[in-house]
Amino acid sequence: MSGARLGRVLALAAASSLVLAACAGGGGGGGDAGGEVTSVKIGFMGDLTGENSAIVIPPRNGAKMAIDEYNAKSPKVKIELVPYDSQGKPDQATSLITKAVTQDKIVGLIGPAFSGESKAIGGQLEESKLPSVSPSATNPGLAQNGWTYWHRVVANDDDQGPGIAEFLVKAKAPKKAFVLSDDQEYSVGLADAVAKSFESAGVTVERDKFAKDASDYSSTVTKVAASKPDVIVFGGYYAQAGRLLKQLRDGGVTATFASGDGSLDQQLVTGAGAQAAEGAVLACPCNIPSADVTGPLKEFFDKYKASAGADPAIYATEGYDAATAFIKAVEAGNTTGEKINEYLKTISFEGVSKPIKFKANGEPENNAIFVYQVKGGVLKLLGPAEEAKLEG
Amino acid sequence: MLDDFLNQFLPSTVGGLVFGSIYALIALGYTMVYGVLRLINFAHSEIFMIGTFTSLVVITAIAPASPLTGFALFGVMLLIILLSAAISGGAAVLLELVAYRPLRKKGATRLTALISAIGASLFLQELFALVIIPWLTGKPGRNQQSAPRIVDRDTVFSIGNAAIRTDHIIVIVAAVIMMIALDRVVNRTKIGRGIRATAQDPEAAVLMGVSIDNIVRVTFLLGGAMAGVAGALYLMEFENTVFNVGFVLGIKAFTAAVLGGIGNLRGALLGGIVLGLIENWGAIFLGSEWKDVIAFTVLVVVLMFRPTGILGESLQKARA
Repeated sequence: MSGARLGRVLALAAASSLVLAACAGGGGGGGDAGGEVTSVKIGFMGDLTGENSAIVIPPRNGAKMAIDEYNAKSPKVKIELVPYDSQGKPDQATSLITKAVTQDKIVGLIGPAFSGESKAIGGQLEESKLPSVSPSATNPGLAQNGWTYWHRVVANDDDQGPGIAEFLVKAKAPKKAFVLSDDQEYSVGLADAVAKSFESAGVTVERDKFAKDASDYSSTVTKVAASKPDVIVFGGYYAQAGRLLKQLRDGGVTATFASGDGSLDQQLVTGAGAQAAEGAVLACPCNIPSADVTGPLKEFFDKYKASAGADPAIYATEGYDAATAFIKAVEAGNTTGEKINEYLKTISFEGVSKPIKFKANGEPENNAIFVYQVKGGVLKLLGPAEEAKLEG
Repeated sequence: MLDDFLNQFLPSTVGGLVFGSIYALIALGYTMVYGVLRLINFAHSEIFMIGTFTSLVVITAIAPASPLTGFALFGVMLLIILLSAAISGGAAVLLELVAYRPLRKKGATRLTALISAIGASLFLQELFALVIIPWLTGKPGRNQQSAPRIVDRDTVFSIGNAAIRTDHIIVIVAAVIMMIALDRVVNRTKIGRGIRATAQDPEAAVLMGVSIDNIVRVTFLLGGAMAGVAGALYLMEFENTVFNVGFVLGIKAFTAAVLGGIGNLRGALLGGIVLGLIENWGAIFLGSEWKDVIAFTVLVVVLMFRPTGILGESLQKARA
């Protein structure tokens, strides 16, 4: 409780300092009055300092990188990136977006990073004719609100389950699959989707589920060992996935183990142990280049490492692509929210993560799922699910 | 259904015995403290957590390149068991000194002590998450921490389709040895007689020259040491721990203590094993997510017919 209150106080402090900055900015901008527009503001909204900031900082870095590169070319209209730290909370996003529209007068918003805050401010974006492109909000429902100013560059959760199942069917031609999950909403949803796709592909599916906080999975391991499946898919996060994978391997189960974006983290390998984790397959709507990639992704990898001082992490390429969409719109001479939104409707370019083009409801035309495999104890990008080939 | 049962019965039994042994070791601490003080020591789950982290630090420091065998394995297991028992026992004594003794001296009600126990539990969890774990491991305190492997998962022998592995044997044997040792201490030594006397009638025990403070301290020390051993075995078996690892395990172990008959040492042992087995057997038919439901249903049914638990008899009446 007090944490939330403190957060609100900090947000207020941040807000008031931004107001001052905005006023100062306004004063400076006054000199241009009557002349051409020489700069526009694009916002970035997400949890920048809270407990989930680890998945928001990389797209922020990606977006910043794209905009810095653009500004370095001394364009006619420069872009200023304004951060809005919503802490991932819908109530904070609501007040921040009001300020962004009325005081900062941003013309586009990268974000919000999470689905909850996206849902909370979608209506406001619509009313204030402010286009948004989220790098990481994956809730399927967001595209079903009839919003015309909302977009995202990442496939939604409904695409992930079928993506994993279809990939495994293609790569392993399994006859029998064991679909596991813990009892969290995300986990069960993903496991259900995977099981459904397996069944429609003619694969026999068996299921088991366990409590999120259980530490002994011996009964689950026994079931899997008795059924001798060709593949195992787990819906859930990396902490449980690591423990489960370790106990499965210890129990003599050698079938291919696959999971979704919740388990796509190096902590899966530390939790399971490098030996047990080896060969595990992870799928994610996100495209995270690993050190051994080639081509444009490699270029991105190097530039990101130089500017952010770390390897690209989750949603970094998507953040870059979201920013690039706005950059292209501004480059084409659009400096108001309405005009930028018109431009986004027709945009089509080769992004770092995937080709970027939007459907009428704001969903990306290309809803690729990317496949990763644990190789030598690290997560390695194999590529989009349609093209990726398992190793070993 | 029958086919599932036949295929899974023996392996599930092994899994249930292993985890049941860990429940039983933790349950001993709940049952002893309850027997002497009539207090549910809710912070006992954190004493167990401290045991897992002691072993984690020791194993990480040793960091064997490959799993150990023979004397090296015996030595390292003994080392982590003794160190975890010592640190957990010490922490339990400290806990009693800080969180319970002042209340007892002021003659506070049992409810007050219970609230103090819950507070101590949360305090210890957060202390570890915020300060001690980052300091010990250099990693964020709320992350799951992993330890290197010290025992290979070799199958020693098989019963039907159940593989009995080295690690299973270590857990069960170590747990049984510790429980026998504890039973001996309580039933055969002078200090054990003091514990039983205090459990029976604290005032009469004082009149007979028993130092209550001493007895309470020893009770916490022994119960804490058992939780420390459980922590060492847990870490060896599962190779990971987290600041709130004790929360669910603690509730289950407490359930085991009640199931067997709270205040009864042999009841805690029986309750732990029975709980572990029932959970795994039930999971064969209903799926692993029903484990908790099965466990607590059995608890309620047993208490309906035997309100004092399976063995019922308590520490105070244990044979002299």
